[in-house]
Amino acid sequence: MSITPSIVNHVARLARLELSPEERERLVHELAAILDHLAKLNELSTAGVEPTSHVIPMTNVFRDDTVGRSLPREAVLEGAPERDGEFFKVPPIIETEPES
Amino acid sequence: MDARVHAFLSVDKSSALEAARRWDARRADADALPPLAGLPIAIKDIICAQGLPTTCGSRILEGWRSPYDATVITRLREAGAIVIGKTNLDEFAMGSSTENSAFGPTRNPWDLARVPGGSSGGSAAAVSADMVPLALGTDTGGSVRLPAAFTGIVGLKPTYSRVSRYGLVAFASSLDQIGPLARTVADAALLLQVIAGRDPRDSTSADLPVPDYSASLPDGVKGMKIGIPREAIGAGLQREVNDAVLAAARVLEQAGASLIEVSLPTIEYAVPTYYILAPSEASANLARYDGVKYGLRVRTPDIHAMYARTRGEGFGTEVKRRIMLGTYALSAGFYEGFFLKAQQVRTLVRKDFTVAFGSVDLVLMPVAPTVAFKLGEKAHDPLQMYLTDIYTIPVNLAGLPGISVPCGSADGLPIGLQLIGKPFDEATVLRAAHTYEQSTEWHKARPELT
Repeated sequence: MSITPSIVNHVARLARLELSPEERERLVHELAAILDHLAKLNELSTAGVEPTSHVIPMTNVFRDDTVGRSLPREAVLEGAPERDGEFFKVPPIIETEPES
Repeated sequence: MDARVHAFLSVDKSSALEAARRWDARRADADALPPLAGLPIAIKDIICAQGLPTTCGSRILEGWRSPYDATVITRLREAGAIVIGKTNLDEFAMGSSTENSAFGPTRNPWDLARVPGGSSGGSAAAVSADMVPLALGTDTGGSVRLPAAFTGIVGLKPTYSRVSRYGLVAFASSLDQIGPLARTVADAALLLQVIAGRDPRDSTSADLPVPDYSASLPDGVKGMKIGIPREAIGAGLQREVNDAVLAAARVLEQAGASLIEVSLPTIEYAVPTYYILAPSEASANLARYDGVKYGLRVRTPDIHAMYARTRGEGFGTEVKRRIMLGTYALSAGFYEGFFLKAQQVRTLVRKDFTVAFGSVDLVLMPVAPTVAFKLGEKAHDPLQMYLTDIYTIPVNLAGLPGISVPCGSADGLPIGLQLIGKPFDEATVLRAAHTYEQSTEWHKARPELT
């Protein structure tokens, strides 16, 4: 499986993951080796085999639409890296994302 | 002692002592005590307990305290257990050695130069070294059974959906399951009894009755049919492990079970299937660590850089590797070749077990191909590390219950026997494991840590 530096860059961008040049370099080789091993699955014919997404047969799970207790707002906000009163605070989000 | 083993990431000493005094005061009233009254329990640090840190072994959650109890913690507290602390693990449960913790590895109490297995290595080491009688771990690809085998204790992965995952930090949601670690099968049964059962807060938890696991333990294995997969024995297995597992099968045969050869032809495809499905699910589940609501934030002027840098600095090497692998497998152009293919092979693995269980009650095989390896031995070769779980992963893919019970020793290191049951038939798994355990002395061996 050929993994190029540009594939690693593209995937890291999709995953919102900043990687150092050394990490990128290493991942090119590691992902290639791992994907080679994963390609073993192509030995098996799976034509017409249903995919399994969940092992336990389950259709819709319903519950009554009643209001329950939620976590106290203060307890949750206590864990926030930055807050503004009763809100999570984040850096400006309005600018368009730069293309890479 | 934990200074050398490093099983715990945090200990809640004052609350634990206070709870212990409360239970001590009620000792006279023994008949009215709940099943785990006053028993200390260690919790893998990926399960939320209110007010305590939950790091998942990651810098990205360092310092964060959970605002609520997981359902298993609520049930443990109701049963009288005392949560004494949170145990070390591979970051977000991704690993087979507990070396991937951001807070340093846990060491095997049998040999401090060796790994305890992973990812629930802290919980297993704490029980093995007699720091606690009970612990909870989680098992996504073998993370309860492997460390139990490597440290000479009992570890049970219940059927997928038998135990509520509410309050368990998600790694791979279609595979994750919480399970007990204990010194004996009877203790594991007692703990499973407390945590099993339907939970309205986890819509995937099974709405099925929970049998009395302890009651059926003494019933023995007379007439039980036990299958040994021909693909799981022989090649690729350390000789002593192979011999110990086959000797264990004969012990069960002498106790009245019959041994039958079965076949699991797709077992060799389980590891590659898992390493597509689990990282794919993880890449989605770990999207929530973005520096907004909890944990680490790397401060930057714009939000996109904040996401990327927070995740780049907060996650360790193995977690990044799996996020990359999962994101790749799910990305446009690769989805059908990887993710969908793996889901189809998962169906074939399940079918193999269904066929085998048409003629047997249990499947018997090793837990791991070798005994515990040395720290650093596989740390730089991800593929070799992944192959450690070759015998445990198929059980997660099929969603079945599986147990590891001590069955031997090589070079002074424990060997684990794996017994796998039909869906929701933990009772038979526990019964056979108990019968085996009580016929042998292996579970009595303890590491000489002084």
